[in-house]
Amino acid sequence: MSASDTDPPEPPIEPEAGASPEPALAQPVAEAMEAPVAAAVLPELTAAPEPEVVSPSPTETPTPLAKPAREVIYRHGVIVRLTHWINVLAISLLVMSGAQIFNAHPRLYWGQYGADADKSVAEMAAMNSPHGLVGVTHVGGLKLTTTGFLGVSNGPNGQPTVQGFPGWLTIPSYRDLATGRHWHFFFAWLFVINGLIYLIAGLISGHFRRDLAPTGEQIRPRSILQSIWDHVRLKHPTGEEARRYNVLQKLTYLIVIFILLPLMVGTGLTMSPGFDSILPGLLALFGGRQSARTIHFISANLIVLFVLVHVVEVFLAGVVNEIRSMITGRYVVTTEAHR
Amino acid sequence: MSGLILSRRGLVASAAAGLGGLLAGCDQASRSPQVLNILQSAEGLSYRTQRLLQSGQPLAREFSHSDLSPIFKVNGTEHPGGDAYKALLDTQFANWRLAVTGLVPRPLSLSLAQLRAMPGRTQITRHDCVEGWSAIGQWSGVPLSQVLRLSGLAANARFIVFHCADELAAGSLYYESIDLVDAFHPQTILAYDLNGAPLEVGHGAPLRLRVERQLGYKQAKYVMSIEAVDRLDNIQGGKGGFWEDRGYEWYAGI
Repeated sequence: MSASDTDPPEPPIEPEAGASPEPALAQPVAEAMEAPVAAAVLPELTAAPEPEVVSPSPTETPTPLAKPAREVIYRHGVIVRLTHWINVLAISLLVMSGAQIFNAHPRLYWGQYGADADKSVAEMAAMNSPHGLVGVTHVGGLKLTTTGFLGVSNGPNGQPTVQGFPGWLTIPSYRDLATGRHWHFFFAWLFVINGLIYLIAGLISGHFRRDLAPTGEQIRPRSILQSIWDHVRLKHPTGEEARRYNVLQKLTYLIVIFILLPLMVGTGLTMSPGFDSILPGLLALFGGRQSARTIHFISANLIVLFVLVHVVEVFLAGVVNEIRSMITGRYVVTTEAHR
Repeated sequence: MSGLILSRRGLVASAAAGLGGLLAGCDQASRSPQVLNILQSAEGLSYRTQRLLQSGQPLAREFSHSDLSPIFKVNGTEHPGGDAYKALLDTQFANWRLAVTGLVPRPLSLSLAQLRAMPGRTQITRHDCVEGWSAIGQWSGVPLSQVLRLSGLAANARFIVFHCADELAAGSLYYESIDLVDAFHPQTILAYDLNGAPLEVGHGAPLRLRVERQLGYKQAKYVMSIEAVDRLDNIQGGKGGFWEDRGYEWYAGI
């Protein structure tokens, strides 16, 4: 029911009944502040208090204009917070060193093989024109001029240079495949170990079931449509709803955690000739090493897209509160007087 | 709200500064031997992990004729050049000999005809370049293990080094090295044919190494001699291969 670590695993949810589950919303929020709200919002807490609950105290939540009710909840456990920030580091460096590796051969293929003479499915290329070098990006039959960004961009000396991704997106910023690979594989190991710790801890603590699995009520088409509409209006939930992730958020996290990130590891391993001998099924699963490389690329781009949206949402939802919650675990839930 | 906007601005600015700092920091770190040492520790981890999981000596995937690349890309040296190689080429390598030296009880000197007369192996495998592309070809050759059984190996031999005829950089002859696990792997062959025809010059005539569970730069072309050694640090740049001396991993299984 909430993203805090305080609730029983399967909270009863019958929104239609209108009775008990949403007491804070059912009752007029007369109590402006602090402790009484906590009791009203989470009646079950009084029955079974948990040590993790940060009991809000006036000193901790100074609200001089006591307008909206504020409550501090403990939102992210220590493993989630630690693995999150290690992931920020690892994924940033993996994406950028991955762009360096991609630049060594900025063409993608489908199937078991693929080299210069073979048909590519996508390519970042350069062409000579009377006005100088032109960057051209091919995707399927589509052809886009991408000078300055893809195919041709400014090199270390400011001169137009033939390169897939620009130097400011790669590690190192200059062309060095060997060093890019060292960065990539070091942080790939860190990412895998970090991810395993997160997954095991999440299974043991019930994090996935409790915080990430959409509730039966959330997964209904009407709730999903409502959540889409809320996102379109950039409206962020307050009060009781702010305690848990919304359904789009949950589905996105589930896709990233259980599909995209494992896909990166799986397709990455498929590109390893050594690992292909250990697990030849990977080649069958992804349709070949070159298909795996293409999927690796697409999946990495989807992860970058996720990170961009994720960061924008953090700003929209309240950057201080969100970042603090991922550092200290404490998250402020605001209950507005009218909603 | 205004406080929030200010902090947003500050955050955007610090994010941009952070990216710039990250890039500069990573470039500086990339040139630091200490940082590179730490980063390269991952190679040992990958090597040991793969060797552990490969304890049953699994084979690299073998393909069918329909999977062959229409054109097998020539990469690296396209022609070794030089008078010595030209003389060998002119006589279709009749005078070429493969020397087997180093920590071996019975040093060998094998002609191409002798190698072709030994029990061979043909395999259709995928060649993976470190740059990212792949090509599938059919290779025929002598399993390296056969040659090493003829020569024998001293008890302290740990690596097999392949000395080549081509200078990919001025003054540096190409060379490569593998451990004994790969040396005795059934698919590790000294190939003399590609797609049923003798190796062309671009593909390493008269003989090239195939180590099918590693990347392309391990597949040394123009092999002139094989040396069994107990250490690599006293050969050329000391890292066990031409590209290894230029920063690439010695273990190229990933």
